Amino acid sequence: MSFFSWVKALVIACVAGQALGSEVNVYSSRKDALIAPLLVRFSQATGIEVNLITGKADTLLSRIKAEGKATPADIFITVDAGRLHRAKEAGALQSIDNSILNSKIPSHLRDVDNQWFGLTVRARPIFYAKDRVSPSDLSTYEALTETKWRKRICIRSSASIYNQSLVASMIEANGEKRTLGWAKGLVKNLARKPTGGDTDQLRATAAGQCDLAIANTYYFGRLIDSPKEENQILASKLGVFWPNQADRGAHVNVSGVGVTRYSKNLDEAIKLIQFMISTEAQAYYAEINHEYPVVEGVSLSKTIGGLGDFKSDSLNLSALGVNNTDAVKLMDRAGWQ
Amino acid sequence: MAVSSKKYHTTGRFPRFNGLLFTTFIAASFVALPIIVVCSFVIFGDSDSWDHLLDTLLSRYAFNSLVLSVLVAIGVMSLGIPTAWIISFYRFKGRNLLSWLLLLPMAYPAYILAYTYTGVLEYSSPLLTWMRNIDAPNWSMAAFLNIRSLPGAAVMLSLVLYPYVYLLARAAFMDQSANLMEAAYTLGQNRRRVLFRIVIPMARPAIAAGTLLAVMETLADFGTVQFFGVQTFTTGIVRTYYGFGDTVGAAQLSTLLLTCVFFLVVFEKTSRNKVQYYSDRLRKLNHTSVILTGTQCKIAQIICVMPIFFGFLLPTIILTYWAIFFAELQSMWSLAASSFMLAGLSSVIIVSVALTICYANRLYPSNWVSSLLTFVGLGYALPGVVVAIGVLIPFGLLDNFIGDILEPFGIPPSLWLSGTLGALIFAYLVRFLAIATGNLNSGLSRIGPSIDHSGRLLGLSQFGVVSRIHVPLMKGSVFTGVLVCFVDIVKELPATLILRPFDFNTLAVKAFELAEDERLIDASVPSLMIVMVSLLPVIWLNRSVAGR
Repeated sequence: MSFFSWVKALVIACVAGQALGSEVNVYSSRKDALIAPLLVRFSQATGIEVNLITGKADTLLSRIKAEGKATPADIFITVDAGRLHRAKEAGALQSIDNSILNSKIPSHLRDVDNQWFGLTVRARPIFYAKDRVSPSDLSTYEALTETKWRKRICIRSSASIYNQSLVASMIEANGEKRTLGWAKGLVKNLARKPTGGDTDQLRATAAGQCDLAIANTYYFGRLIDSPKEENQILASKLGVFWPNQADRGAHVNVSGVGVTRYSKNLDEAIKLIQFMISTEAQAYYAEINHEYPVVEGVSLSKTIGGLGDFKSDSLNLSALGVNNTDAVKLMDRAGWQ
Repeated sequence: MAVSSKKYHTTGRFPRFNGLLFTTFIAASFVALPIIVVCSFVIFGDSDSWDHLLDTLLSRYAFNSLVLSVLVAIGVMSLGIPTAWIISFYRFKGRNLLSWLLLLPMAYPAYILAYTYTGVLEYSSPLLTWMRNIDAPNWSMAAFLNIRSLPGAAVMLSLVLYPYVYLLARAAFMDQSANLMEAAYTLGQNRRRVLFRIVIPMARPAIAAGTLLAVMETLADFGTVQFFGVQTFTTGIVRTYYGFGDTVGAAQLSTLLLTCVFFLVVFEKTSRNKVQYYSDRLRKLNHTSVILTGTQCKIAQIICVMPIFFGFLLPTIILTYWAIFFAELQSMWSLAASSFMLAGLSSVIIVSVALTICYANRLYPSNWVSSLLTFVGLGYALPGVVVAIGVLIPFGLLDNFIGDILEPFGIPPSLWLSGTLGALIFAYLVRFLAIATGNLNSGLSRIGPSIDHSGRLLGLSQFGVVSRIHVPLMKGSVFTGVLVCFVDIVKELPATLILRPFDFNTLAVKAFELAEDERLIDASVPSLMIVMVSLLPVIWLNRSVAGR
């Protein structure tokens, strides 16, 4: 057997192996524990096998880019619209024109070219220490730079994509110059150098190191529902405030999904996305991770329902990605570490 | 490719070409590759974010790196010199035990110390809550709360790096001949004046060398500063590469960092040369050690116990406590297995290459080979982040090149090099070859050439000399080389993080990811495993130092 016929046989064997059962390959920056149970349900319902690989979004994306046409990935899942936009910009995704997805997912929660779709909504309100702050003193994100909050606010570092997206949304609303001024003012009002994750900001606020924290709601939900009593006590000391209700609404982001440009299992990939926005899957995220559904008519978890209704910013989330680089540079200039 | 027809033992000329020398040349070009790649971008590259870096971040990276280096230098000296002094010149209860316990903090990578102390000293941690309940003064808590800061990082790094100074200073103190000191005493000087005017000045080159090694490690550190949110060159390089997607900017930052490291290497080499000059070859007298009792003995013990306690004992107790009572153990064994297999395979490869180079240098000595050997030795000074970027760029280009060649044959493009363990092992080779050659060379230098000559005269072939004389004598050095490489690879974080194949995790990477996820308690299991493995060479190293 000559070398090339040997190689040819090998290639055919590989291709044939792939074609046997129907399957879909998922690269996910959402953690294993929060997605695997859903994928198992999907496999049971459809008979389509799902292969899951989890990792950091940036790593997964550079992997997809490097693999090029050879990528085994069909679906790319992230927990932030900014990174989905990055994938789109890198040419890693393809447009999907599917009537079910278009009708069920509100247009501002998906890409303008339908290259990615929001799966769950995550809100980023202000949390306050009930014993030290009256909610009537709070109004907007912009007002957090007032001098009365000097050295009283906790927020994580500018390396967090959640903060980058918040700033990106403010650049869209107020322009770059005003947002830079805002970021500088916020840095002045920080109680400590940004450190730790969102839960750390909530903890520090409950413990008295700061009086206000900016964090995603599901971190708060996890504390409330924690089996540990200390976490429940901690959560009971905090109140949630929905900012900007008189104007654009509170900042929201999505966890979302896109189909890769070189996907080899397009039908299965679309089926999986449709499953992810089914009532069953949406209710799962609401219940397990305290996120808000993207589709209408799905009930919230009791914990998150308890935070009350709010008006959310209806900005198309593509803007978070478009403004991301500017947001990062702006935060650098403001000295937001 | 034979260049010269001259036979063995030509010096200063290009030697006869052969396999050994060829391997040496290849190994040296491996080490050179990432340096050349990274530096070439200064000339050719056009970075998208360089203006932004220059405007806002560069001065911050430079300032933080500089301040951190200065603080660590002060830290390692103030921990390393007094302990070395006490161990060298005094006799007291527990001295022998303490003299090697002082090396234990070397087993800790600084980032693991950082995770441990962060977990204990967080505002909402049990310790701080307790301190608030007993109304401890605010200043005492403030220092604890600011552990995730630049001074905090300096403390962590000093606690694990001071053994460099301790080891070298201790050796220098013990090497000093007693004549000089006794001459000073007879001339009416007291103990303190002898210390400051004779002992420390004479040990200065050794202290400087140890401190510079610690500073090099500080500049290369990624895990600690990343976790503490201190923006230095290494975190800046990673951020520019991943955050801005700017390869050129990352390479240019790397070049700046390399320039700093280069100067440190030069300083370190000059200090080392002075070490030889200062350690006199005169008749050695034993030091008249002062025997300490009572309070003095207690003070000496406390000074020596402190760094051991904070650099090893306390964190180990905490990690063990977390690991046993709280952490999730699952999947850690497979992680440990992949870590150890990768480290084992890599260290055997590295030591094999090192053996080839060292034998080339021994059998065909020439300026040409020895300067290659010196050059290979620089690899250790390269920060892991820089090596990773320097490997990623050329391997990615090669992947594209191979893909283009194979495409007509219907073979889909893939990551032939950059996504494999090969790339990672290559990076380890670049970074740790120096450790292996150092170990082997010191072993080989103890086998004088006359032994080889006697062997040949008695009828052994060149191969016979190696197999019947060198192998038995070199076993120890080879083993130490493999062991030290193995442990350094298990501890290595930044290059592994950047270059590891997809979905391939090691203990260090897992500990880092768990810590980044604020799951410090779960990070205790992989951390503890790394520390336990790292203890082996520390104990081994001390045995060989003590046996000297």
